[in-house]
Amino acid sequence: METLIESPNKISTTEDVKYKLVAEDIVASYDNVVAVKNVTMKFRDKAVTALIGPSGCGKTTFLRCLNRMHELTKNAKITGRVLLDGEDLYTNNQDPIINRRKIGMVFQKPNPFPTMSIYDNVAAGLKLNGLKNKSVIDEIVEGCLKMVYLWDEVKNDLKKPGMSISGGQQQRLCIARALAIQPEVLLMDEPASALDPIATQKIEEMINELKKEYTIIIVTHNMQQATRVSDYTGFMYLGDLMEFGETKQIFENPRNEITARYVQGQFG
Amino acid sequence: MMRIPLKSGSPFVDKIFKIGAAIAATYVLAIIVLIVINLISGSAPIWQQEGIGFLTGSNWNSEEGRESYGAAPYVLGTFVTAGLAMAIGVPISIGIAMFMSELAPKIMRTPLSLIIELLAAVPSVIYGLWGLFVFRLYLLDWVEKPLHNTFGDNSVIFSGAPFGLDIFTASVVLAIMIIPTISSISREIMLAVPNNQREAAYMLGATKWEVFRLAVIPYSKSGLIGAAILGLGRAVGETMAVTMLIGNATGAAAFPTSLFQPGQTMSSIMANEFAEASQAGLHISALIGIGLILFIVALAINMIAHLLVARVIKSHEGAVQA
Amino acid sequence: MITVEQRAEFRKHFRYNVGRRLVIDKIVKGVVFGCVIIAIIPLGSILVEVFTNGSAALSIEFLTQIPGAVGSGEGGIGPAIQGTIVLIGMSSLIGVPVGVMGGIFLSEYGNNRFGKAVRFFNDVLAEFPTIVIGIFAFVMIVLVLGNFSVWAGTFALSIIMLPIITRTTEESLKLIPITYREAGFALGIKRWAIILKIILAQAKSGLVTGILLAVARIAGETAPLIFTILGSSQFMSGFDGPIDALPLRIWRLSSLPYDSAVAQGWGAALVLILIVLSINVGVRYAFLRKRGGTRFKMVGGSL
Repeated sequence: METLIESPNKISTTEDVKYKLVAEDIVASYDNVVAVKNVTMKFRDKAVTALIGPSGCGKTTFLRCLNRMHELTKNAKITGRVLLDGEDLYTNNQDPIINRRKIGMVFQKPNPFPTMSIYDNVAAGLKLNGLKNKSVIDEIVEGCLKMVYLWDEVKNDLKKPGMSISGGQQQRLCIARALAIQPEVLLMDEPASALDPIATQKIEEMINELKKEYTIIIVTHNMQQATRVSDYTGFMYLGDLMEFGETKQIFENPRNEITARYVQGQFG
Repeated sequence: MMRIPLKSGSPFVDKIFKIGAAIAATYVLAIIVLIVINLISGSAPIWQQEGIGFLTGSNWNSEEGRESYGAAPYVLGTFVTAGLAMAIGVPISIGIAMFMSELAPKIMRTPLSLIIELLAAVPSVIYGLWGLFVFRLYLLDWVEKPLHNTFGDNSVIFSGAPFGLDIFTASVVLAIMIIPTISSISREIMLAVPNNQREAAYMLGATKWEVFRLAVIPYSKSGLIGAAILGLGRAVGETMAVTMLIGNATGAAAFPTSLFQPGQTMSSIMANEFAEASQAGLHISALIGIGLILFIVALAINMIAHLLVARVIKSHEGAVQA
Repeated sequence: MITVEQRAEFRKHFRYNVGRRLVIDKIVKGVVFGCVIIAIIPLGSILVEVFTNGSAALSIEFLTQIPGAVGSGEGGIGPAIQGTIVLIGMSSLIGVPVGVMGGIFLSEYGNNRFGKAVRFFNDVLAEFPTIVIGIFAFVMIVLVLGNFSVWAGTFALSIIMLPIITRTTEESLKLIPITYREAGFALGIKRWAIILKIILAQAKSGLVTGILLAVARIAGETAPLIFTILGSSQFMSGFDGPIDALPLRIWRLSSLPYDSAVAQGWGAALVLILIVLSINVGVRYAFLRKRGGTRFKMVGGSL
């Protein structure tokens, strides 16, 4: 059994680093299968962290632990802490529906609400959270659609159904919908894997812009994508975090042998 | 060990088999055609006598020499009882489907679906028996009499001293009978909503009910309507329980005006009168005419329902045209 | 770009009506659970009433004797039980072979426009108001033969059975993977032999399920019998004479003004419900455990 290389997260206490989100000792299972075996990761603010690893390594399960979505799976169990700005989302005595709103999530397949218009899709989370002021809603909708580079494409068609646009546009719509609820952190679960290369490129450009103001964590099976968009990368294997560090280091100079074999494409 | 004929003779047998199967399949077609022909020819005399007036008239006179029949009260009676049954049954069915698809804990799911199945399996005549000797009395004491005493003087629908054999009782029992149909189809339709729709709603911070409201209901709306209309189809065709509970009014008195007065539906008038109807004269022809009307109504309702349900099941993968 | 500060500003507009939303959620859950209770209560009441009232009337004499004088409370429902059994048996003789063959046709040869039409008409027949089918049998058989008879009742019930069995047979056969057929062809076995000896054998439990559910369905049908079998106080004397049946007898007994007759009606209802429910429950636990079987469930219920 390979020894886990200590991640830089555990080493320095003197570095004055801003960690927006800290996941400590996460152990997660469903149907009595342990998918995440005790993982600690710290995510820097205004940066993109990528989670890579072969299928079944637990990266998606781990991601879903961060915004309390994992507990919605049947027979799901989880222990550990997830600290957003120092506050544990699991034990802060707030209902999960409040804690989920603090973190936005985008899923693998674009899933806009088919019976709602483009505008209503983005505004859905706002209306849910009691926002009634129409001009504020308009402002947020426009702002979010601009951030995902959709505004110019749909600004005259806001009333059209959410499904009437292309797949890549739908995914950006979903990202706008997630951003509309004003989260500090954005989780992305293989957001471009169902899209064509041009749409993928648009999303990657968008991520590079967004990270100036957001903390982004992206699960991806596409290693080139990880090198293109992320600042930090965590490599997971069979439920363990094998290595974590700056993306450049992980891909060019991995310290763990399994990491090395994975990033060299020896298994997938 | 199976003896499979490997050298099984000429392809002749294959052909015979295929033809046999095709004939069996078309038997259904033949039956339907025959039924329609029979209904039309059997009712021809009454159409000849009354013309379109058969649909609008409300006479019901079987005296020889003065025979005159009109189906209007019974057609209305069918619609009123079925409509009332829907008004009661559809919300309850949607609630049950919601519970079974989203909220029920694992251990409850099987016993619950067993209960729904058993409700569907109870023969109609037993619903009638139970309604007649048990349920009617509860309805009388807890609903009909209080409503009549309070509102009877001021409103038509609660007027007339209630006895329990009336449109209201028949409709409530009918509602119970269509709940299994509507709720099981609705449940299937709700379960067919892709999970990632729900996840999107959860991600926004929605409660379970809000997830349902945002992601499940809009997606399955037309399917749920289809399920309801299928229930309507069953309600319209339902015979025995209604016959035993609706009070057997005829002629103009059968027009559905008050909930607490006896009424009559298309199926119940046939059940009540066919055995004694004399074959001379037009009585039987009138009853067959009502059968024809019922057939057409039930057919139309069921076809609409199937179109709606099929459309949803087909489109659950792609975009739903709302 | 919406900055951190702007986000904080926007968040101030959120109403945080969480308390109210959670209360609404709880209320909806309660209402929905209430709907479930509303469904359970009638079933419970029906079962309780039928069992308590019905068992009071049960006895060997009750199950085997002919009815006594009207209102006397004597005698039993022997002819009705015999009638139901005879009618089910006779209807199955027609309904099962034709239905199974029809289902075979739709499953094995029916992937074309003709099959679509047949399927459509099959569904139409399945949803026919059964009283109309009774009238049809009256005109076709009773009027032609001149009297009420077992033939007429059989004819009506077989028409009701038919689309159910066709549909369930087709569904069962469709579940068998196509690879079985392909293997048969590869071995040079003739198509009819593949269907009969391989496919049908595999789908046996599905087929039996469908047949049993159809039987349970027609056992409870009353409306089509009103115009076809007349009912009788005697045991069956011949196929071209009248016959009694449980649902019909229940209806007749319940409309008599004598308490003793009504008591007998409950007894007959108990017998009928035992037959119908044990088939439904038995089928579920014996066969349906293997798969979802929801379509089959929709077949239950009589009119």
